[in-house]
Amino acid sequence: MELPMRYLISLRRFWGTALATQLEYQLNALIELLAMAGNLAGSLLVLWLFYRQGVALGGWSWNAVLVVLGAYTCLDGLTSTLLRPNLSRIVNHVQEGTLDFVLLKPIDSQFWLSLRTLSPAGLPELVVGVALMLWAGRRELGTLPPSAVGLAALLLLAAAVTLYALWFVLAATSIWFVKTWNATEVLRAALTAGRYPVSAYPSGLRTLFTLVLPVAFLTTVPAEALLGRLSLAGAVTSLLVAGVALAISRAFWGFALRFYTSASS
Amino acid sequence: MAIVMARGLRKTFRVADKQPGLMGTLRHLVRRRWRSVEAVRDVSFSIEPGEVVGFLGPNGAGKTTTLKLLSGLIHPSAGEVMVAGHRPFRRRRPFLESITLVMGQKQQLIWDLPPLDSLRVNAAVYGIDDLEARRRVAELAEMLELGEELTRPVRKLSLGQRMKAELLAALLHRPRVLFLDEPTLGLDVNAQARVRQFLADYNRRTGATVLLTSHYMADITALCPRVLLIHQGALFHDGGLAELSERLAPWRQVRLELGAVLPAEQLAAYGEIESLEGREVRLLIPRERLTATVSRLLTQLPVLDLEVSDPPIEELIGRLFRQGTVEP
Repeated sequence: MELPMRYLISLRRFWGTALATQLEYQLNALIELLAMAGNLAGSLLVLWLFYRQGVALGGWSWNAVLVVLGAYTCLDGLTSTLLRPNLSRIVNHVQEGTLDFVLLKPIDSQFWLSLRTLSPAGLPELVVGVALMLWAGRRELGTLPPSAVGLAALLLLAAAVTLYALWFVLAATSIWFVKTWNATEVLRAALTAGRYPVSAYPSGLRTLFTLVLPVAFLTTVPAEALLGRLSLAGAVTSLLVAGVALAISRAFWGFALRFYTSASS
Repeated sequence: MAIVMARGLRKTFRVADKQPGLMGTLRHLVRRRWRSVEAVRDVSFSIEPGEVVGFLGPNGAGKTTTLKLLSGLIHPSAGEVMVAGHRPFRRRRPFLESITLVMGQKQQLIWDLPPLDSLRVNAAVYGIDDLEARRRVAELAEMLELGEELTRPVRKLSLGQRMKAELLAALLHRPRVLFLDEPTLGLDVNAQARVRQFLADYNRRTGATVLLTSHYMADITALCPRVLLIHQGALFHDGGLAELSERLAPWRQVRLELGAVLPAEQLAAYGEIESLEGREVRLLIPRERLTATVSRLLTQLPVLDLEVSDPPIEELIGRLFRQGTVEP
């Protein structure tokens, strides 16, 4: 079997078993679905309240702000679907020593740990996020040029990669700290800051969100791309940040594994 | 050519010492004191293809660490390891496809799904196509006497059934080298015997090399013509079980029933007294003096009955482990 094929088939089986596992507990699946619906309803209510006030943030019109919110919702959906279910398990693997099984499989261990499972409860959020971006974008501009939509999609993907890489590096530190302090929650909180355009924040925070935590690249940049306000340099930087973050996460994982001693017997 | 080779293998871990209580915890937090623990010290051996080798040693002797070094989970601190022609810790694909590690205390099967689902994941990961995977599962399931268990959620299987399914999952890719860490742990006697029988069959059919650790001597005596005994991180014995018992017990046990009660001082002249209860005596006598001593006993003492026996290997090894030290 060709190698790329092996990864594709593995991924299909990974997600197939993940869905089957969740369906084993029908009640739990139902509750998760309800929780997701409630969450979404809550977000929409907040949106509506804002909308009635007609607030503008950081020089962004109301509809433009909604595009940013859409990007945020997308990434949050991705977090619930893939990042949290997979990356929070790394700690357990280290604690229980089952990382051994992962490391002995003839497949990239980072691939396995990052994509082994998925939680479909986050998928609707992803769809709503995309829909919100497109809807609000059209209201802002009238029509959306396909090139802008394409670039926004690409940069949203880059944002997802950046967020994933940061999260993975934090989760990988459990090799040393075993019970990783809930660093990943800090990251999630930082992502929450990306609900609003970066320019809505005071300059100190703006610098922090651009240079230290790449919150700006996560939501504001894809939104700007959709609205046709992004410079070429901005797009390139965003892609570079994603590429570098991914490379760092891979290098860091290799480095961390050299310290892995495996839970005793 | 050897399929498993270790030369001068060493592994040192750095562990943090922590005193009990709040003060200890605070000190641990602020100024952590580290010490080095030598889990494996200068271990060398080699195993030929198709051999079944038992790996013995008390808890904490370094067995599991050695298995992890051999399977590439941890880097050696010093020394050389080669398994199936590869350096394990590089964990290259051809190496990983030629070995397997089964750990009695850990499981890889998905808890909530039937074993078949986990097997399908493993087949994909090892690049085995569906038809071939089905063929292999059928063959191994027959050898392991697994049937409808494969379609029942793992959480509903007995420990023995689960272990057999774990073995199936670990062998689906036809590894040439099997590292088995306590594969019969916690199983009842019947289940233990079945796993043992399976391993013997598997080795005969496929010619796979097996390195096995177990707490149950029955596993070792039934499966392993050769044993490696590791003690405090160092290799103490490499050879047959018979030679091991010779080394551990260079004496034999002689049980006497006497016609009269004799004082201990008089009996001590013949050998070390293991027990003395009335007219029943057990003596330990060095092997090389056995014949002479037995004839002296028969002529000089009022012997009603005499029996010479080899102490069972389980007892010898148990004693070795309890004592904690051995003369090399």
